[in-house]
Parts: sequence; C-alpha cells; structure tokens
Amino acid sequence: MSEANIRGDAATEAQLSVSELLVDPAGVPRARAMLQRAEWAARAFARYGKAEVDAIVRAAAAAGAARALEYAEWAVRETGFGVVEHKALKNVACSTGIADYYAGHDYVTPRIDREARIVEVPRPAGVVLALTPSTNPVAAVFFKCLLALMTRSVVVLSPHPLAKEVCADAARALGAAAVAAGAPDGVIQVVDEPSVPLIDALMSDERTSVIVATGGVPVVRAAYSSGTPAIGVGPGNVPVLVDATADLAKAARRIVDSKSFDNSVLCTNESVLIVEQPAATGLLRQLRQAGAYLLEPAERDKISGLLFPGGRFDIRFVGKDASWIAAEAGLRVPKSTRVLLAPFDLVVPEEALAHEKLCPVLGLVRVPSARRGIDAARAVLRLSGRGHSAAIHSADPQVIMEYGAAVEVLRVAVNVGSSLGSAGHQTNLAPTMTIGTGFFGRSSVAENLHPSHLVQWTRLAYNRDPAEPFGDFTGLVPWQAPAGPIPPYPVASNQRDARPVTAGAIAQAENAVRSGSNGFKPDAAALREEIRRMILEELSQLAGG
Amino acid sequence: MVAAAVKVTEVAVTEELISFASKQDMLAKSKQFWNPDKTQFWIDSGVPLVIDRREGYFIYDVEGKRLIDVHLNGGTYNLGHRNPEVAAAVTAAMQRFDIGNHHFPSLARTALAEALVSTATPGLTKVMYGSGGGEAIDIALKSARHATSKRGIVSVAKAYHGHTGLAVATGDERFATLFLADRPDEFTHVPFNDLAAMEAALRGRDVAAVIMETIPATYGFPLPAPGYLAGVKRLCERYGALYIADEVQTGLMRTGELWAISKHGVNPDILVSGKGISGGMYPVSVVLATEAAAGWLTEDGFAHMSTFGGAELGCVAALKTLEITCRPEVRSMVHYIAGVFTDGLAQIQAQYPDWFTGIRQDGLVMGLEFGHPQGAKFVMKRLYENGVWAIFSTLDPRVLQYKPGILLTPALCEELLERTEVAIGKARDDVAKGAHP
Repeated sequence: MSEANIRGDAATEAQLSVSELLVDPAGVPRARAMLQRAEWAARAFARYGKAEVDAIVRAAAAAGAARALEYAEWAVRETGFGVVEHKALKNVACSTGIADYYAGHDYVTPRIDREARIVEVPRPAGVVLALTPSTNPVAAVFFKCLLALMTRSVVVLSPHPLAKEVCADAARALGAAAVAAGAPDGVIQVVDEPSVPLIDALMSDERTSVIVATGGVPVVRAAYSSGTPAIGVGPGNVPVLVDATADLAKAARRIVDSKSFDNSVLCTNESVLIVEQPAATGLLRQLRQAGAYLLEPAERDKISGLLFPGGRFDIRFVGKDASWIAAEAGLRVPKSTRVLLAPFDLVVPEEALAHEKLCPVLGLVRVPSARRGIDAARAVLRLSGRGHSAAIHSADPQVIMEYGAAVEVLRVAVNVGSSLGSAGHQTNLAPTMTIGTGFFGRSSVAENLHPSHLVQWTRLAYNRDPAEPFGDFTGLVPWQAPAGPIPPYPVASNQRDARPVTAGAIAQAENAVRSGSNGFKPDAAALREEIRRMILEELSQLAGG
Repeated sequence: MVAAAVKVTEVAVTEELISFASKQDMLAKSKQFWNPDKTQFWIDSGVPLVIDRREGYFIYDVEGKRLIDVHLNGGTYNLGHRNPEVAAAVTAAMQRFDIGNHHFPSLARTALAEALVSTATPGLTKVMYGSGGGEAIDIALKSARHATSKRGIVSVAKAYHGHTGLAVATGDERFATLFLADRPDEFTHVPFNDLAAMEAALRGRDVAAVIMETIPATYGFPLPAPGYLAGVKRLCERYGALYIADEVQTGLMRTGELWAISKHGVNPDILVSGKGISGGMYPVSVVLATEAAAGWLTEDGFAHMSTFGGAELGCVAALKTLEITCRPEVRSMVHYIAGVFTDGLAQIQAQYPDWFTGIRQDGLVMGLEFGHPQGAKFVMKRLYENGVWAIFSTLDPRVLQYKPGILLTPALCEELLERTEVAIGKARDDVAKGAHP
C-alpha cells in the first residue's frame, strides 16, 4: 500500500468517527425543537378571533384544493397505492370540501347560555401531533391540518414513511398558505424523516397536547400508551349485508363503486359481502354487470394464497387494481373487472379472505336468512374492525335496526357504499378521514373525527340562585386580530414605527399616571397630555373606520 | 458540607475535590485565595451568589436558591446551562479527542471552520481560533494590521472588547490604565453614533480597522442609530480601514438573526465570536475573515499560535451549538420570545414610566434604563431576591442588561416577566426611600 493510500484511509476512518459523534440518527432533538416552536405558535393562535381563523382556513383549503390532482398523482407514484382520480376527489373533499362543510360552524367565539347561566369559552387543544397513513396520505394531511386550523390548534405532522415526501410537501403548502393568510409562524410543521424512536419521542413529549393517530394498530396502541391524551382509531373490516328486500341493481352498483374506489384503501371499504340466499343469484348477476368478477374455487384459492402468504396480508397488494391482482395470480379476467369476488363458506379466523383486505378483493358469503347474516357480520368483526364500520342494503327497517343493534360497529352505511358513506362523504355523518372506533375498538372517540374533538370549553358557571344577576356578556370576545405577522420580526426598538394604540395600552398608561402621582411625578402633566392625544387618535380612527 | 446540602448527585468526584464547611467558610476562602474585592463586591451588592448546580436557564446558589439566569454571561449560556445536546456531543467527543495539537490540521477545527463560513455574512471565507473573546479580538486586530500595514485602531468610547493586550486598549480606560495598558497613540476612541467623529478619526488613512460591537454590551446596549453601522462601513471603505464586527454578545441568534450585523446590511471584513459559540461547555473563540483580511494565513501560518486556541473539544461543542442555533425552529422561537418581551416590558414600563425610563431592545438583546445613575443596581438586587439573575452594565449602571435565553419556553417567559415587574416596582420604592445601591 502506498503512503498516499495509508493517509487517505486513516482520514476516512477518522472522519466517519466525527460524523458518528455529531449526527443523531433519529432526528429527535430537531423534532423536539419543532414541538417547542409549536408551543409558541399555539400560544399565539389561541388568541385569534373568528374572522382571522376563517380567512386562514379558507386560504389553506384553497391551497390544498389547487394542488389536489398533483398531490394525487404524487401520492400514487410514491406509495403505489390507489387511483389518481379518486385520490384527487378525496383531496378536494378534504380541503375545500371540509372547509365548506364547516363554514357555518364556530369553534372560536364564546357561547352564552342565559338559561343555564353559563358562558362557554372555547380553548383549543394546542399542539396536535398528527400521524397520517400511507393509504390516504394527502387527504389525511389536509383533513387533520384543517381541523386544527378551524379550532386554532397547531400541527406537528409525522407522515407514514411510505408517503413522507408528498405529505411533507402538502403540509408545507397548507402551512405556507395559512401563514400568508395571517396564521402564526410554525402553525403547521412536518417531520421529514419519520422513524419509530422519533415518533415515540414526539408522542411522550409533554408539549404534545393530543395525538391524532391514524394508521396501523401498533402506532395507535403506542399513542394510547404514551401517556399523552390521544385520539386513535382501530382498523376496519367492514361487513356488508344485502337482504332479500334490497334493490339489488342499486346495491350491486354501490358496492362495486365503493369497493373499487381508490382501490379499497379507505378503511371504510367493504371487506366481506354477506348475501341472503334468496337474493344471491340476482345480486351476483347485477354485480357482474357492475364490473365484479366471481372467482371460481380454484381461482379463489390462488388469490387467497397470493394475498395472504403465510396467513398475513401482503401489503404489496394494498390499493392495487383488480385486473393487476388477477394477473399476478395468473388469472385471466375481463378487462372491465373492477372487483374480484371471492366466495367462501364460513367466517372463521382461519379463513384468510374474511380478514381486512385493502384491495378490491371482496369476500362473499351466502346465508340462509337475514338473522344468519347478522351473525356472520358479527363474526367478521370478531376477526378485526370492532367499532369501525358496517353497511347494509335493505328496505326493511326492522332488519336494519337489528343489524345496527347487533354488529359491534359505531356507524352503519345504509343503502350507500361504505367507503364514502361511512366516512361521511355520501351520508350526513361528519365527513372525515379518521373513524372513531369507540370503546368497541379501544378508542376514546366513537364518532367520525370532527373539529369539536379538538376544542375544550372553559365554562364560566354562575351561581344557580336567580338572585345573583347573570352578567351581560353580549358582544364580549376575548380574542383579537393580530396587528401583523406573528411573531413580529424583531426590529430594533429605535427603528420601530409607533405601535398601534389599544384600549389596553391606554388603561395601563392611566394606571401609570395614578401610580406616578404618589411617588415620582416628574412629568405627570405631560404624560396626561400624551394619553389625551392617544385617546383622541384612537377615537378618530374608530370614527373613520 | 455545602455541596451535600444541595444534593449534588451528578459526580461524586466533585465532592471529593470540592468541599467547604459552609457558605461563609467558602466566601472567606474565596477572599483569602481568589479575589477579595470581587468577592466582597457581590456581598455588598446584595447578591451573595455562589453558583452550584445549574440546568437550563436556572442556576442554583449553594444554599438552594433558584435563579432564572438572564445574564447568561453575555450569551455564553444562550442555549441554557449544560444544554443536553451540547453536553452529549462533548461527552462523545471526549471518548476520542482532547484539546488536540494546535500545529496540525484538525478534523474538528476544519469541520467547524466550514460550518462557520457556510453560515456567515457574505465574503467571510477563513476562520482563526482563539481560546477566549479577548484573544480573538487580538487576532482580529493583528490580522487587520497585517492586511493594511497600518497601526491605528478606532473603537467607540466606553467600548469593551476584552482584557488582553490589544483588546484592552480598545476599551474603556477603567480596565486599561490600571495596568498601564492604554495606548492612546495607536488606539482612538470616538463617540458612538457619531459618523462625523468617525470620519475625523479615519481621515488620516492611518487606521487599520474600526472595531465595533454591533450593540455595545458593557455600555448598556445603546442601539446603533439607523444607518450608523452601514455609514461606518462606508467610511472604512473610503479610508482603507477594515470593519471588525465584535459579535461576541450580539451574535448567535440573539437579535433574531445569526449575526446581528446582517440586520444592518453590513458585510464585515472580520467577525469575532466567543462566549456562546461553544454552548458554555468548553471555551473556544473564533475570528472569521475575508480572504484579504486573513492574508497572514498564507504568508506565515505559524505567525499566531495558541495551544488552546481552537481546542478540539471546544470545536465539537461549537459545531453542535451552531447546528442548534441555526435551526429554523430556533430562529422562529427567538422572534416569538422577543415579541413577548416587547409587549411585556412595555406593560411594565407603562406602570412606572418615570422610573423605568427606557427599553433598548433588538431581539433578545435588551438594556433596561432606569431613572437613577445607579438604577440598575437597585433592580439587580431586587431581581436577585425575586429569583432572577441579571447584571447591571459596568460602564453605565443606569442600565440593566436583560438577556433572556434563546430557547425559553412560554411558561418561563411569563414567570420571568412577573418576577421582573415586581422587582422593578420594589426597586423604585427603594430609590424613593433614598436607599443606596
């Protein structure tokens, strides 16, 4: 070895050691810095008024919607999941759609209940740690960020590693639009390199006010174990019952549309179709017409083996389209195939096809009666998906009621596809990307996540005795529009323009005069004159405005 | 034993090495063996502080009293005491490095130099190392003299740039004449914020450099008038002098930008940093210079030597400090914190406008002016009682130096402002009663 080589090798080795000492692989300190910045931003944002919040939400939503298609393409490219057109729809639904849906709501202004003698002051959660999934990456980012903005909370976002680039860009786009519209700096921050130790550190940090976790079971359980308040949701495994009274043509079309929507990546997508025997033949005919392909037993076994090697779902198939999956299994199916129907006899744990499938393969079970169908639906949910969603297609309120009272879910989509129905986009449930699975599903939230879940209320509760007069709070709002960017740029005090005069400043100046009169009084008269001038100035501004 | 009384649990060896019967015993020995005048001064000032444990922005007296540190030794503890990230970096470095051999190219010194240059104001391309601020100032002045072949140095009256040979001559006579270290023939002092006086001092074209703290700290942070520093830089260019920005106290994000001078649109020829540059964990100081100002490095690289200058453990501490300081999150937080103090101090001032007479603020560099020639000493004493440590300005004791940390939390800012408000009120009553500082 030459002398030059020896030197070169030694330098390389030593250099590596230096970087080892200086690099924190988990990026945890930087993430903690984000939380501290978030704490400052949250403190400022919590004092904003309704008009400013509305403007910020509108701006952020518009920024998201403007890039809905671009992000849909990016998400599919980065993750390999789903369908661009459907993701674009969801991105619009979760940006301007959500903003419009909640436009009439107010999570900012105090509420006065004269009857109850209580005034309720909304107080935001603060720092929301948002964990978003790979399956619906951008829509979930939009959704969680907008819910936080509506309620004056700030977001630190940790996206799923499979979708980290598109999510980071989407979060930054919303954040930039929000800040440009007046939101405090740092209102939306995003972790670029998510990792398990980093997420653990963020979750257990006391500066995190609440974790909103959407993702796999481990991350949701970790959120609940962190010691920080958490809104986590469990997985789905959606049974859909079609009874003999259903409109079979409509049911078939709705089920195929729903199951093929974004190639089944919404956790509300149908997993097992349960059909009452008298309706089976008719339903299958309609399903075929709608684009479903009924697998023969041998074909079914190939698909089952392909999707569940060793009994576990292979995430390679998440969000892939039906004809691609069929081709992978070596099957020839019509080009128009949107859903593969996989028949099996009994919903039991060892039946792989009864488990959750985030791809357009739909289990099919025939049952002799609606009652047995309800039993089968309960069996589906015993495998997984308790507390999540179910669907039913029926014209019989009694069956629908029995179904709803028996299956352990917290929403049942009735005569509508479950993907968009249970998620509130085709029903009047709250439109959401986060499905509360309640106590059935080991969650603290039983509804579709909506803005109220991020607001807490301070209640000013008066003496119940009517002899004690209830105050007149009409028009009293403790929040204020910021005078400029938050935080203001630190201009040196000798270069600042005169700060705008507020009523508070005048009151303080008056106090100063009073306190000055009993000790120091060099220029009390001049100060009074100055205050008079300030008040006149403010009055003239009010008159002019 | 004092140490045991405050439960120093960190290192048993500390107790083996350091042990006194009581605080009184310790103070007596401090006078006997260390610095009798300084020890007595603090006792007389009502600040009998002997710092023991320290963590974040808190320091603890040996008797357990907790103080919020808004002195930070001029920004040395910008990131808090014993910042865990800096401590971890130095601890890790100690498994492999020590101070190093100052003659040889060094991994840590080179890495830090590259990091400093890449974050500096435009034009600064070389880094020289010292072990403290004074040495760094001396290096800067020597470099300027070499580059210009001139001897003259201009600084502002009441300036402070350290106590070493050349640095002390730039500063107030209080620290120079005692040691017969003033050099009026080569070192000119001009009034601050006076461009005409500056031009008069430079017109002879015999000046190597003008050295300026961007905001003179020890003089109580009088703020440069709008355009003043840019004007000084223009005069330097006109008369062939270099501009040296002393950013020891104003740098490292304290004004909301990494280097305060950048807020004045000035690209200095030389920039000096010390104190906070290594997170208060291991001393190091740095001089950044343009290629032209650093000419001696190519002519005779052995011309200035310093065994401890650029000590490698210090460089590692500085690399981590710089990385933390330059995070976008930190810059944002500094702006938030500055805003909170702008508002909070204005509210306090509105209560005591005749006593709390002025607020000089640029970001987290703050001088609070009081209506008494020794006003800041009264406030310092009451702050100390109220659990806050802030120091008066040595060269203008009307002004309290108020230097909160750049990583303060909202909660601690609020606590600090409340304590400050009460202390200012009490100090006002002290003065009204005719007390002595």
